[in-house]
Amino acid sequence: MSKYNTHVLICGGTGCKSSNSGQIYENFKTILGEHNLTDEVQVIKTGCFGFCEKGPIVKIMPDNTFYTNVTPEDVRNIVEEHIVKGRKVSSLLYVNPENNEHVSDSRHMEFYKKQVRIALRNCGFVDPENIEESIARGGYEALGKCLTEMTPEQVIAEIKASGLRGRGGAGFPTGLKWELCAKNKADQKYVICNADEGDPGAFMDRSILEGDPNSIVEAMAICGYAIGATKGLVYIRAEYPLAIDRLKIAIEQAREYGLLGENIMGSGFDFDIELRYGAGAFVCGEETALIHSMEGQRGEPTLKPPFPAVSGYLGKPSNVNNVETFANVPVIIIKGAEWFSSIGTEKSKGTKVFALAGQINNVGLIEVPMGITLREIIYEIGGGIKGGREFKAVQTGGPSGGCLTKKHLDTPIDYDSLVAAGSMMGSGGMVVMDETSCMPAIAKFYLEFTCEESCGKCTPCRVGNKRMLEILDKITRGESTMDDLQALRNLAGVIKDSALCGLGQTSPNPILSTMDNFWDEYVEHVVDKKCRAGVCKKLMSYVIDREKCIGCGKCAKGCPAEAIAKTDYTAPGHKLPSMEIHGETCIKCGACINNCKFGAISVQ
Amino acid sequence: MTKVKSLAELKAMKERLHSVLDVREKAENPESLVQIKVGMATCGIAAGAKQVMAHMMQKADELGIQAVFTQTGCMGHCHAEPTVEVSVPGRESVIFGHVDNNRADEILAKYIQNNEKVEGVIATNKTNQ
Repeated sequence: MSKYNTHVLICGGTGCKSSNSGQIYENFKTILGEHNLTDEVQVIKTGCFGFCEKGPIVKIMPDNTFYTNVTPEDVRNIVEEHIVKGRKVSSLLYVNPENNEHVSDSRHMEFYKKQVRIALRNCGFVDPENIEESIARGGYEALGKCLTEMTPEQVIAEIKASGLRGRGGAGFPTGLKWELCAKNKADQKYVICNADEGDPGAFMDRSILEGDPNSIVEAMAICGYAIGATKGLVYIRAEYPLAIDRLKIAIEQAREYGLLGENIMGSGFDFDIELRYGAGAFVCGEETALIHSMEGQRGEPTLKPPFPAVSGYLGKPSNVNNVETFANVPVIIIKGAEWFSSIGTEKSKGTKVFALAGQINNVGLIEVPMGITLREIIYEIGGGIKGGREFKAVQTGGPSGGCLTKKHLDTPIDYDSLVAAGSMMGSGGMVVMDETSCMPAIAKFYLEFTCEESCGKCTPCRVGNKRMLEILDKITRGESTMDDLQALRNLAGVIKDSALCGLGQTSPNPILSTMDNFWDEYVEHVVDKKCRAGVCKKLMSYVIDREKCIGCGKCAKGCPAEAIAKTDYTAPGHKLPSMEIHGETCIKCGACINNCKFGAISVQ
Repeated sequence: MTKVKSLAELKAMKERLHSVLDVREKAENPESLVQIKVGMATCGIAAGAKQVMAHMMQKADELGIQAVFTQTGCMGHCHAEPTVEVSVPGRESVIFGHVDNNRADEILAKYIQNNEKVEGVIATNKTNQ
């Protein structure tokens, strides 16, 4: 068989898959077959390319052409124009919004220019279901190097020297964690991969597992060697079926190739990995709760100490790391701690993957060096705010984090600067908000999430969060007083100090940080009973300008609550009496505004 | 499937498999490599461009030339198909006409590797600074 001269890479991540990339793959196969090109063109389903805003994505190599928003119907055009005739299909290329020029090469797109892909190095490049592609890319070489050329102590020293910190949120130094676990003697130890990604809007762990599962398998084996464990467990939520499938395939193939199992690469080291499924409880991302859940008990946290490094899964020393943390490990072993620590800031080394979401033009998954500014992420990589509106805040760290505002735009982002700014790194969700977002409502949204996800074991979290939510509800309904704001602040402080685990200790963060940064907005809700963003429905009223209303009645016809009726007043120059809205029955859906062709209805 | 029994075996396997990803890895950094564009319009294909491209790819591998092969559309030199455009880093790009297997070998061994002149260059007005 001749060598393939063209490779077609189709995004097979969950996002693009739901936009029918499976059919795109099938169509490529069929249409290439019609042109007798199956021997020359290789078609591959890869992991996520990150540019989810423009998905499904199809990349043609070797000319590195990046097609966006591809539909199954476009495939014929791509094959017949690009692959057969060598002419790029310009209608499917990315258009630079600044100068309306077509950009065919992803390296020239603003979205990719500032990215440094370490954890995502193979995502969108290899076929995640074929271990040979991973091996060709240098996969399992780090494991081989550890097993044959390094002692466990050297491996730990290398990870320590690299400055790698936990990517799940808190940022604990990974090498130190390994060392603590390695020191504890036991007949059995466990390596646990925390793939219980639960922050709303974060999907980096899923994307890594879907796009490059072999790196995680390899890194877990390396960790096992370093700490003296022969068993690995991946705790993954059952809502990630594609990631589970691909991980299973990778584990199966690694066993076939002798890269998992007994006597790996002739070193005498045994290691194998099993999966444990989570039911999708947020609290199970907390390591003690995660371990309990894996043991078949309720997913509730316990007090630390004892730390899992001493007594973890089944009471044995266990080391829990997040997916993204593991993804960095093989590269550090191959390229060295010095290389890794040259990237990033003084105390936060390497890169971080962020999931950009919200009111931003380029929604997607990005990997950037630590120390990049928020401005670079939002305006360069993210392409600015949707609809040209004004940036207001960005929530980092999900329900445990806080918001950063305009004054933080030029702060270099790392673990410590985010904490100093009243937020946290978290797993890397970044929800961008503009002037149409109401901050008390945002705080309420996150608190609703934590209330729902609280396991109920400790009182501050179970009852305290509920009380905070009630106060926030009063605020957004315009029924609160200034005393409520003080009570909210006090309660937040108490919960922070007294909750059992990370979930409760951080749940007041969104409230405290929005209060600190947007105090005047809270006061407006309380004193003026106004929501400037127009989000809190109880504080809004729809009004018809009776001088502008011609009395056509279209608004009344489209009103689902039958809240609009005729008045006795006919404006000068109009033939029919004007309409009016009854505030008590109005459900503030906004249908009337859309129906009115005369601009007579407004929100006040 | 044979199992990987040592790091050396893994490395050997990587070497063997590496060509699978060649096309993709080169695409990440084409400027530093020799770029060879083969005219694949209908007339080019009719004149044997496909077979020449396959031959050149294999030959380049044998000679150890790190090259990115792309197919391109009609270059407008229908009198001289198959046409091949070669850009070597640091040199102006050159279009060769009437490229058959023999000329392809010459281009690879003489022009690309030794910077010797090869017959069949098509004069263009294009300046590639």
